[in-house]
Amino acid sequence: MSNVRVLVGTRKGAFVLNSDGKRKDWSVSGPFFAGWEIYHMKGSPADPNRIYVSQTSGWYGQLIQRSDDGGKTWHQPGLPNEAIPSPGPPTALPNRFVYDASPETGKPLTTHQWYDGTQHPWEFKRVWHLEPSLTDANTVYAGVEDAALFRSTDGGENWHELAGLRGHGTGPKWQPGAGGMGLHTIILDPGNPKRIYIAISAAGAFRTDDGGATWKPINKGLRSQYIPDPNAEVGHCVHHVAMHRSRPDVLFMQKHWDVMRSDNAGDSWHEVSGNLPTDFGFAIDVHAHEPETLYVVPIKSDSEHFPLEGKLRVYRSRTGGNEWEPLAKGLPERDCYVNVLRDAMAVDSLDKCGVYFGTTGGQVYASPDAGDNWAPIVRDLPAVLSVEVQTLN
Amino acid sequence: MRVALPYHLRNLAQVEGDVLLEVQAPVTLRAVLDALEARYPMLRGTIRDYGTGQRRAFLRFFACETDWSHESPDAPLPEPVAAGREPLLILGAIAGG
Repeated sequence: MSNVRVLVGTRKGAFVLNSDGKRKDWSVSGPFFAGWEIYHMKGSPADPNRIYVSQTSGWYGQLIQRSDDGGKTWHQPGLPNEAIPSPGPPTALPNRFVYDASPETGKPLTTHQWYDGTQHPWEFKRVWHLEPSLTDANTVYAGVEDAALFRSTDGGENWHELAGLRGHGTGPKWQPGAGGMGLHTIILDPGNPKRIYIAISAAGAFRTDDGGATWKPINKGLRSQYIPDPNAEVGHCVHHVAMHRSRPDVLFMQKHWDVMRSDNAGDSWHEVSGNLPTDFGFAIDVHAHEPETLYVVPIKSDSEHFPLEGKLRVYRSRTGGNEWEPLAKGLPERDCYVNVLRDAMAVDSLDKCGVYFGTTGGQVYASPDAGDNWAPIVRDLPAVLSVEVQTLN
Repeated sequence: MRVALPYHLRNLAQVEGDVLLEVQAPVTLRAVLDALEARYPMLRGTIRDYGTGQRRAFLRFFACETDWSHESPDAPLPEPVAAGREPLLILGAIAGG
């Protein structure tokens, strides 16, 4: 029988939850990196024992951690876990994220909009999202704040910016969302290694078709009421984007208001919010085997980040949007005022697709039957920042 | 000489108590941090910003009960610290809980 491993990043450490295919009884390991914010952790599709972690802190900055044994032990890539004698430290620099402004491979470091409309320097703060390559366990992408895309090809030991994104021209018009100007979504096209989608809060979605050398905004059709120009190329607050691997040209977006869909690789978008009771939210995901089955967690509004009426509900569409049904069985039906952040929902690929999400209240819920029934795996973790799932055969 | 690290950095470096370092004279803040990071490379970027090399905003340096956070990194540290009788303290801000 297959197993599942749920990787949970929280405000105060990382947790690894394991179960068999029944997804009924769970073991909980952690907290790893206790006391640190774990913005994201994700396993490599090429090697399920390889897991990458973004460990960050306002005090001590950014660390990258890696496991090569499925989350039992961890180390900073290329560095020993203990002191080393002279001479000289290792050459690996796993925590070094420096924007590439070199004339040879980089782009000039410009400024971007700040909250007050003035221009602000581009400053690295943290890694928001890690996306391991689909085919090579040593290649991994990092989306960072202030928004940029980095890549490592040596297992996280060294990082280089794909500066074509930050420097393609619209950067000075990008502005931070409430949580910062983070590159939070990275989607790798399984059929085309040169195509990558990314999304930035609050700049919008972008696509490369040449492996990251050049990029174009893909925000046509997005409407943001706070942007005067209805045809604005950038500036949209995209919260998250999801794709089913069998249809890499079809994208689903949860925006700052509106659930959107593109059928042409982001060249244009149309709204599929349909009958959702509110179309504000952060997380969005797609059923592992049904490319038209989507999941969102509606949140009351941009001013009140909690479920409507205190009832935590996931909404599912089996029609690629527009027609949505509430999923509530096993979820709190009263007095629930948590949020579900953008990277805190995931699906497994077992025959009966499992769906998982974590809340800012510290719960991680799982459904072993595509959302029909839910139960908490854990209830009292620190606020959950991210959830990813590995299906282990 | 001795360096007292805050809790999370002691964990990262897997040390208990003060870190002992050999630092060639002149014993300056920069020299001490260079030696610390060479011996404990997992601490690189956690005390000084990777990009600028500046002290991270939520950390402070103390030597002989004096705040050295705003001193030149190339100024010699007090003799008791250089001689190892007093530690260089690296403290994290209480701000933020």
